[in-house]
Amino acid sequence: MAYLELNNVTKTYGSGNNVTEVLDNINLHIEEGEFVAIVGFTGSGKTTLVNLINGLQKPTSGEVLFKGKPVEDTSHERGVIFQNYSLLPWLTVYQNIEMAVKEAFPKESKGFIDKRIKEYVEMVSLSHAINKRPKELSGGMRQRVSVARALSMDPEMIIMDEPLGALDALTRGNLQDEILNIWNKNKRTALLITNDVDEGIYMADRIIPLRPGPNATLGPEFKIDIERPRDKTALNDNPEYKKTRNAIIEYLMDIGSERSSNSEFNYELPDLEPKDLRWEFRASK
Amino acid sequence: MKDSIIKALRFIGLGFFEPVVRLASGEDTKKNTIEILKRIIAPIASVLLFIGVWYTGSKSLYNTEANYKIEKTLKDQGQAEADKVKACIESGDASCQPNTLPSPSQVWDSYKLLLEDHQKISEDKKAFKEKTAALNEKRIAQGKEPIVYTGRPSFVDQIKTSIKTVFAGFLLALLIATPIGIIIGLSDTLRTSFNWLIQILKPVSPVVWLLLVFMIVKTLTKDSTGDTSFVISFISVGLCSMWATLVNTAMGVSTVDKDYLNVAKVLKLGTFQKIFKVILPASLPLIFTGLRITLSVAWMVLIAIELLAQSPGLGSFVWEEFQNGAMDSNSKIIVAMFVIGIIGFLLDRIMLTIQKFISFDKNEGI
Repeated sequence: MAYLELNNVTKTYGSGNNVTEVLDNINLHIEEGEFVAIVGFTGSGKTTLVNLINGLQKPTSGEVLFKGKPVEDTSHERGVIFQNYSLLPWLTVYQNIEMAVKEAFPKESKGFIDKRIKEYVEMVSLSHAINKRPKELSGGMRQRVSVARALSMDPEMIIMDEPLGALDALTRGNLQDEILNIWNKNKRTALLITNDVDEGIYMADRIIPLRPGPNATLGPEFKIDIERPRDKTALNDNPEYKKTRNAIIEYLMDIGSERSSNSEFNYELPDLEPKDLRWEFRASK
Repeated sequence: MKDSIIKALRFIGLGFFEPVVRLASGEDTKKNTIEILKRIIAPIASVLLFIGVWYTGSKSLYNTEANYKIEKTLKDQGQAEADKVKACIESGDASCQPNTLPSPSQVWDSYKLLLEDHQKISEDKKAFKEKTAALNEKRIAQGKEPIVYTGRPSFVDQIKTSIKTVFAGFLLALLIATPIGIIIGLSDTLRTSFNWLIQILKPVSPVVWLLLVFMIVKTLTKDSTGDTSFVISFISVGLCSMWATLVNTAMGVSTVDKDYLNVAKVLKLGTFQKIFKVILPASLPLIFTGLRITLSVAWMVLIAIELLAQSPGLGSFVWEEFQNGAMDSNSKIIVAMFVIGIIGFLLDRIMLTIQKFISFDKNEGI
């Protein structure tokens, strides 16, 4: 039995004639300690999939099992890092994290909570900004607070919904390393949803493409057999990296062209045939 | 130093003095002079223009009224009487002045007169207090009610009463509307079931509220000897003005950003925690907008309600002066008008400042 299991999960919105099937027949198994990345186009139902796993939404049919038990509600065991940070703007960095820590450790002393908050703020190197409000922070700093908040609850599994999508390339790289560090240090299970294939290859053990919705379903998985810790600059010359990257991109491109070839318009093409000039050319020589 | 002064000025809503501070510290002379012209000189010029238009307007109204009066006397009583009236008007005698829009200087005089009157009355009061102090002590010792000053209230006293009434009404609105708004906002069912009531009661006129409150309070306070007119007017003010807060609070609570609710769910906050730590702070900006509208409506409605309820205050001051019809009544009414306007403006400023303290931008966390 896998750590997290999704069996024949479908999710539809609306009812009657207005049903849109967002996810269709999703099967996903994640083992303990694994780092899995799901790569997909925007609008393919990635966020819906995340919400099914963290318990914010329930599947229309099929089952989501976490450690063998069906997911009924959100849980402190599964920490979520949201796509749009979702910090509470009227609280400081400290208070935002305090809220999470207090909920996760309701019986602990004030000193413990205070220590833990400071430890996690330190971890994402924001100690200098601990008393600032989100509006005074840059996008990257806000996302780091969001990471610290999710991890401070000591979740067994980290679910990340395009956590780095809105960040610039440099900040992105730094945060990727930070997340990998934390995952590696405590050997947690991680699920990363992303639209960046490179990010997936750099971070994950397995990459599973999500075919675009409606009726989004998971494609074949790609194993990444590159030793950790991975070096970003060396990665570019790694044949395994190149091979996997090309395979995944080819697969995604295929889906993409499949999607666009399903277009309803039929263009009338002019009735022309290319003339073969090779022989004429040769003859004239 | 300079920056902190500017910051403080901006905070209390006097941001237009900023270029003066900058100019005084020798910063960019040309730009700041233009700023001063734009933000200080131009508004002052507009005030002067307003007073000028008022002056000419009142002058021409005065002349029209005077001419009419003279002609009427001429027609009714003949040349001799008309000449007498004309002389009387020109001499400035109070008994025969035409009754029309007072000029700015008349209003200013009335303003000074009202202040003098206030001083006189407060001295009277003080003297009365001193005189009765010994007697009152005795009466209290005997278990009787102390003797209080029952003379005419001065203009300033009436302003104070009005402000007291408006604050009592505002507090009532706050205490009724915010909790109900929150409860209604939290539940879809309650919102739809009470919507009709709110929509029907919201546009009801202050006068009707006053009568309604009067019907109820009159019966409830049959035996009491307290100040019922004050109670009636502040309850009516509260009931008239609470709707903006009620509707805004309900809307604020029911439209809290889904992201914040998701955070609350993922952190597994309890219901109580969710309401007080996420939903309420998130809807504070809208609640405050509602409260601001409530306070300005309360102030506006108060004048009308005092006027009708015969409770002391600016409204009844205006009404009494109108009924009085004395020579300077018109200018006193205009003094009251300006005082009402300025106090309303100040109240709004106070609320705005508090709102700035509490509020946050909706997109800050995202």
